[in-house]
Amino acid sequence: MLTEQEKQEISEELKHCERPEAAAIEALRVVQKKRGWVSDASLRDVAAQLSMTPAELDAVATFYSFIFRKPVGRHVIALCDSMVCWSLGHDDLYKLISTKLGIGYGETTGDNRFTLLPASCLGACDRAPAMMVDDELFGPVTPETIDEILSKYS
Amino acid sequence: MEKMLLKRVDIPNANDIDVALKHGAYGALSAAFGMRPVDVVNEVKRATLRGRGGAGFPTGLKWELCARVPGSLKYLLCNADEGEPGTIKDRFILHQDPHLLIEGMVISGYAIGAERGYIYLRYEYPKAIGILEKAIEQAYAKGYLGKNILGKGVNFDLSVHRGAGAYICGEETALIESLEGKRGQPRIRPPFPASQGAWRKPTVINNVETLSNIPFIIGMGGDAYAKIGAETAPGPKIYGVSGHVNKPGVYELPMGTTLREIIYTHCGGIKGGKKLKAVIPGGASTPILTESHLDVKMDFNSLVAAGSMLGSGAVMVMDETVDMVNVAYVLVRFFAHESCGKCTPCREGTAWLYQVYTRLMHGEGKEGDIDLLLYICETVKGKCFCPLGEGAIQPVLSSIKHFRADYEARIKSGVVSH
Ligand SMILES: Cc1cc2nc3c(=O)[nH]c(=O)nc-3n(C[C@H](O)[C@H](O)[C@H](O)COP(=O)(O)O)c2cc1C
Repeated sequence: MLTEQEKQEISEELKHCERPEAAAIEALRVVQKKRGWVSDASLRDVAAQLSMTPAELDAVATFYSFIFRKPVGRHVIALCDSMVCWSLGHDDLYKLISTKLGIGYGETTGDNRFTLLPASCLGACDRAPAMMVDDELFGPVTPETIDEILSKYS
Repeated sequence: MEKMLLKRVDIPNANDIDVALKHGAYGALSAAFGMRPVDVVNEVKRATLRGRGGAGFPTGLKWELCARVPGSLKYLLCNADEGEPGTIKDRFILHQDPHLLIEGMVISGYAIGAERGYIYLRYEYPKAIGILEKAIEQAYAKGYLGKNILGKGVNFDLSVHRGAGAYICGEETALIESLEGKRGQPRIRPPFPASQGAWRKPTVINNVETLSNIPFIIGMGGDAYAKIGAETAPGPKIYGVSGHVNKPGVYELPMGTTLREIIYTHCGGIKGGKKLKAVIPGGASTPILTESHLDVKMDFNSLVAAGSMLGSGAVMVMDETVDMVNVAYVLVRFFAHESCGKCTPCREGTAWLYQVYTRLMHGEGKEGDIDLLLYICETVKGKCFCPLGEGAIQPVLSSIKHFRADYEARIKSGVVSH
């Protein structure tokens, strides 16, 4: 069941849209904001509010890298593995983070604190190597700054 | 050259409308509204502005096609998806001078007869969403957006639509699908968006940088604008430079500045005094060039003549320590991940390339793998639904062409060749 607030926020999104399904991504993000991910049950509820079939909405949900159809940790680290970040140290950074947190790409820490994902170019090539934690961009990320960054997230 | 596009980017808080207004924002609006829409289109044609999003399509011509379609409901879409690896330029305008973009969009909407605009913004620019929404709100409050702008009877509504992580949504027809609330997969063309785009209505899609040029073209006139930079495609160009250079960042220079000047004069040369090995001049889907190409002028035609493309003007510099098989592997991994899956040559071709490169990276390359890579590229070339597949094979073809020795060494020894 969606909460009243979620329904309200989705209605708000609908006001800006030419047609209800145009709010699909934002509506999914409303659900994801509090719950972290989009469950089958939430997907069905959102679809109903947007007058879409669950299959239509799932087609959208599964297309985009930042809509999660599986549970993720409280914070999602998206580490850029594209060209420039790679050439300026992605592989070492990945190993470092992976060792510190004990997880690889696609995995979540046992305490559910972090999920680690590879990301396509974040558009921060001038600050490579770069990564996003939730909605915040960091770069250049170095072995010296990584602890400080991670410590911001509990 | 005095800065135009990035002039206000260097001024603190220029994303606030009061600061922007003090430095000339919205100054071209009244001049534009004093012209007939068709004259605005003609001014842009006289400027011979070509799109900055990657394909370099003549902007005036695109507008004319849309303006001529009868009907009162048309859309203007700003492509702020900026997903091409290496591309960072639009971010600076979005973060630091959103009013330049909004002004450009109001004028462009007026020219093509669109009263509704959207900025399609990539999810990965989370800072930009707040800045754009505030800038739009301020522009409404001051009467530069909404109904009866400047009391001249011009209407233009604007909002931001965010993606959720998909490179393909930068392709114009995929962008439209995504805007409509579908999977971001390209549409067959024709019909082109100019006649049937968003919700099947006539639509113009332009890049952030393209639209940001419009106030200057109106302000100085198309003829004066056409005198800046390269003759065949004039104007200021924002080059975004990254990789192994001392001063990565964005540089606004006359279109046609040489690669050498960009790298060595403006970006302070190669990091650590190393030698340059390769450079990608226009984003991940443009062919790799070498040291011997450094004197090429960075404009559309000159780069095609040199065997590459201007693309988005995203210059990625690699020093002598880089192994080109590894570079191609990383680029191919990107394209294989971002292929939308709609058409077989791109979906299967990029996955197959990725498979072969993975093998090479693990030191398990076989005799004949170079030929296999070239063969796979043949099965993709000219056969895809949209240009993504064509872009995906460029790093493969160009790295084999210029750095075959790196491949041979890797296949032979299985180790990284420096
Ligand atoms: C796979 C792919 C990705 C693209 N990504 C972008 C992008 O992020 N931004 C952009 O402006 N154009 C992008 N383009 C080009 C657009 O399709 C289109 O040509 C452009 O937005 C038109 O604007 P312009 O005429 O102002 O250049 C992309 C094209 C392809 C094939």
